[in-house]
Amino acid sequence: MEFSELIKTATVESVLLAGTGLPAVRGTLCITSHHLLLSSCPGGDGQPGTVELWLLIRNVDAVEKRVQNLGWYQPPRTNGSPRDTRLAGSSGTITLRCKDLKVLQLEIPGMEECLNIASSIEALSSVDSVMMMYPFFYRPQDLRLEEGWHLFPLEQYFQKIAAQTNQWRLSDLNRDFTTCPTYPAGVIVPAAVSDDTLRRAARFRQGGRFPVLSYYHPRNGTVMLRSSQPLTGPNRKRCPEDEVLLGTVLDEGERGFIIDTRSAQAAKQARMTGGGTEPKSSYPQWKRLHRPLERGRPLQESFIKLVEACNDASLSMDRWLSRLESCRWLSHVKAALSTACLAAQCLDREEASVLVHGAEGTDTTLLVTALAQVILDPGCRTMVGFQGLLEREWIEAGHPFHLRCARSAYSHARLKQEAPLFLLFLDCVWQLSRQFPFSLEFGESLLLALFDNAYASDYGTFLCNNEKERCLCKVKENTHSLWAWLNQPEEKKKYLNPLYSHNPLVIWPSVEPQSIQLWQGLFFRWIRPSQYLEEARAEMQRLVEAKEAPAKESAGSRLSRSLSDPAARTENER
Amino acid sequence: MEHITTPKVENVKLLDRYANRKTANGTLYLTATHLIYVDASSEVRKETWILHHHIASVEKLPLTTAGCPLLIHCKNFHVAHFVIGQERDCHEVYTSLLKLSQPVKPEELYAFSYNPKMSKDNREIGWKLIDLKVDYQRMGIPNDYWEITDVNKDYEVCNTYPPEIVVPRAANKATVIGSSRFRSRGRIPVLSYLYKENNAAICRCSQPLSGFSARCLEDEQMLQAIREANPGCAFMYVVDTRPKLNAMANRAAGKGYENEDNYDNIRFKFIGIENIHVMRNSLQKLLEVCETKSPSMSDFLTGLENSGWLRHIKAVMDAGVFLAKAVKDENASVLVHCSDGWDRTAQVCSLASLLLDPFYRTFKGFMVLIEKEWIAMGHKFSHRCGHLDGDPKEVSPVFTQFIECVWQLMQQFPCAFEFNERFLLEIHDHVYSCQFGNFLGTCHKEREDLKIFEKTHSLWPFLLQKKQELRNPLYKGFTAYKELQPNTLPFSFQFWCGMYNRFDKGMHPKQCVLDHLLSCMSQKMKLEDNASELENKLPFLDGPLPSEACSLSKVGSAASKTPLLNTPQDYEGEAPPVLTNGISVGNIDVMADVDQKNKENLSNHQDLPDLNATNVLDSEAKEGEPQCH
Repeated sequence: MEFSELIKTATVESVLLAGTGLPAVRGTLCITSHHLLLSSCPGGDGQPGTVELWLLIRNVDAVEKRVQNLGWYQPPRTNGSPRDTRLAGSSGTITLRCKDLKVLQLEIPGMEECLNIASSIEALSSVDSVMMMYPFFYRPQDLRLEEGWHLFPLEQYFQKIAAQTNQWRLSDLNRDFTTCPTYPAGVIVPAAVSDDTLRRAARFRQGGRFPVLSYYHPRNGTVMLRSSQPLTGPNRKRCPEDEVLLGTVLDEGERGFIIDTRSAQAAKQARMTGGGTEPKSSYPQWKRLHRPLERGRPLQESFIKLVEACNDASLSMDRWLSRLESCRWLSHVKAALSTACLAAQCLDREEASVLVHGAEGTDTTLLVTALAQVILDPGCRTMVGFQGLLEREWIEAGHPFHLRCARSAYSHARLKQEAPLFLLFLDCVWQLSRQFPFSLEFGESLLLALFDNAYASDYGTFLCNNEKERCLCKVKENTHSLWAWLNQPEEKKKYLNPLYSHNPLVIWPSVEPQSIQLWQGLFFRWIRPSQYLEEARAEMQRLVEAKEAPAKESAGSRLSRSLSDPAARTENER
Repeated sequence: MEHITTPKVENVKLLDRYANRKTANGTLYLTATHLIYVDASSEVRKETWILHHHIASVEKLPLTTAGCPLLIHCKNFHVAHFVIGQERDCHEVYTSLLKLSQPVKPEELYAFSYNPKMSKDNREIGWKLIDLKVDYQRMGIPNDYWEITDVNKDYEVCNTYPPEIVVPRAANKATVIGSSRFRSRGRIPVLSYLYKENNAAICRCSQPLSGFSARCLEDEQMLQAIREANPGCAFMYVVDTRPKLNAMANRAAGKGYENEDNYDNIRFKFIGIENIHVMRNSLQKLLEVCETKSPSMSDFLTGLENSGWLRHIKAVMDAGVFLAKAVKDENASVLVHCSDGWDRTAQVCSLASLLLDPFYRTFKGFMVLIEKEWIAMGHKFSHRCGHLDGDPKEVSPVFTQFIECVWQLMQQFPCAFEFNERFLLEIHDHVYSCQFGNFLGTCHKEREDLKIFEKTHSLWPFLLQKKQELRNPLYKGFTAYKELQPNTLPFSFQFWCGMYNRFDKGMHPKQCVLDHLLSCMSQKMKLEDNASELENKLPFLDGPLPSEACSLSKVGSAASKTPLLNTPQDYEGEAPPVLTNGISVGNIDVMADVDQKNKENLSNHQDLPDLNATNVLDSEAKEGEPQCH
């Protein structure tokens, strides 16, 4: 396929661009294989125009067009420029609804041009082949291709665990992705269980996702495991190897918890289609807790409904609250946080190990295990630690980003496998950052950047559904890593939380409805006026920095520093 | 004191709203002014103080095996659930509290007995801190069009207005008197705020006694005078803040609204804010939602919607925005009224002033605004807040709504206000506490009759003294923003957890940005202040001076208390049965902090420094370290 075949009209002049909260600009619109560009008309002195829009076409979620044929209409001749006469013929308006929830409007002179542009954008934005996507073409000058791809090797994560216990080993049984196509090459498993046993256990789990270690609780020595559902089926099949695998995790007399992210009813029903759950009789040391979390289509619909309500400026207060309620997004946030807290509580307070799974083990399972780690582990709350967590618990763990994030909230396309689980996770992390404003090293801007990049990106990090696909597509060889870009000092600064100070404790959030807020920074990013909030952020930054560097003048600086130290100490002691 | 039959009850439990854990066991005391509960079950001495005047209702619930439950709802939205062992004790506490919380005579109010040991002179200076004349001067009044008149000095025009009012120069005494006969309770149109830039004015009054067809020449002249005091605009708005239906119903009673045909060049408009009864019921519903134990997200949002509370807040805000826009963008003067012109009119006029004028967003300005639009203009605090045993149908959260509107603005404009959320809560507390004279009675005349200026203290100097902890560290100064144009789409209004669930600390962010920024700020100020002083000591300086280190830690501990430790709560209705929960160290800290505040109200105002002192840091340093009780 050639991109040029999809582009019916490459350039149109005198296009008017309007976006929410921005003054409208007129300029030349240009479509390339991956971008939509609009550069404003150069000034009279022949200066080059400034680029007003640089939109990744992959970011376009929906294209809506409206054409007016104004042939019968004669505009007043008072200031009739050639532009006006062309407008008099016909024109069209294209509304671009983007995956990052931004909405843009293009007013295009000429009906045919308008239709051509619209269908070109539609065609280009629906290219589904991974290798055709922009990350494979993007070559920034200041980054090297291999940079950032090997920042968080599993070996390194395993070494930290190995330093504390010899109960676990790093297995490469999945190096060719045959045991489990959605697991990475390396997995952490009980040292006492052989690869052979694992292979058999894998056959008893949907998609081969046998229980593997997700998190080791250093203080209690307990672990969080994740897997997919067991293939118990209608005949209540058992698998000795799976039972051995889970049995090995617990010492004699110890109790573990299985957190099933489906309702008891749903888990039971899954038996009819070959799935199911761990029966008490076969796993006597494990106690099952059901905490139903929404996923799949209902979650996507919740997202769509919420965004619809957010964009409807005509709503009365009552209608707004009623639609906020009926879309159920905040209920999903509350449920996800509660379940993650439950898992964390088992590990930290009950000193018990936990196995988390739903059905496939690639969606709500990862939501819970990743979130529990942010709550428990201060290491996951740093900039680098959080990236490592995403790499380990979402990307390598096989959350199908390509399928889940193919479309965002505006798309009219028939839903396939889209679901905003990753967004739900980011929202929950945002809730944590709101309740513990000093405990996360990164700020809202990082969460927003991650959301944007998960849905449309210059970088390869969120491409494909699992490591196997990434290998086949040579993602790590032929695209740049998002982390390499984010971790450049200049870039990184933008994402840091100025209030951060290391908090070694578990951060238990409140899950009362009064404590959970709609994430306005995301859902109203392009709608609400941001000037005053930006100013507040800058002011806060200024205050905190002034405290860290109290005096600049040379005479007082030594004095001030000697004073600021005890101040800092009392701060920490509190 | 004669109401107190049992001053001390032992073995009283205080239930935590989060399920059944953390039940405290201790002793309950009744004093002349407070109910005090001392928790004996925890290691840290933990006290809960409840001012009798803050008690909105006391209920005896059905007897349980644990004892006799006593449920107390406070006007500052504190809810305390005690369980008293003996039913007899419970009953006695109950009857005492009923009487103590609803005094019959004004002299029984706390303000008349409150004695902060302040000199008579300082007390009098305190009352002079806010001078409304200065504010009118700030607006440029008197000028060619407006004058301050003492036509009401003997309350002959209107007994709920102050003696001095601002009216158009063109309106002579006959016009004023004539107009007063045509306005409900004689509340004639007077100036509330003059926007100096274009001479557009906000004026306020009560509804006209127009019935179906009555007219009054003087009233028509009055409005004409107001319109002509703003030569830049050919028309003026007359805004009736009531729903049209209510206003029409009033016509049958010989009241009503202005007929556009009878007044020259007015544009008449209804705004549709509901009356005090609707607001009272709305708050009641909201509080029921806030009190629900472990509600689901849907329960909460549905309850929030059904309460209508945020709809009413938005209506008030919309009205304020309309006024500000009319004045600023259309150069038009606006005359605002509702029925009596002391509830909705006060809300809307004060909000519009706050949007138009950055002065009202400072400490001093906000005090002036409340004194001017609420206290002086006869908002019936005593009735609306239920200070005395009276008609419960007169109680309504009109002032609370205004305070909330200000809070909503703070969320949208975090750098535009000199004060922080605590300042609002502090004022809200004292509107009900009756500890200070400002909010007693219903109007200026009544406060004179009660001799509050001679017998009680003014709240404002006490708040200014605490300025340091009530300030907004993000404030960008007086000149940073002029008019505010808030977004009033529904999503811009948030549920104010810090007010309605203020005492449920578990729901609030576990780390407090405000405290942190305040301590950053005071450390920075201290450091700057000390820099020169320390320069002299440089040769001897090995490490921090003991005194400096001490003062730094004090600033820190007073301003910032960050409970890092906290325990998990019950995540979802039924937690796994095996899970246990420890004692929340964090929460105790916070509770102690709250109680501390109550105590400070009682005892820590003893040495009020010179009111003119601007160096607040100094005055703070004089105060004892309150944490060492």
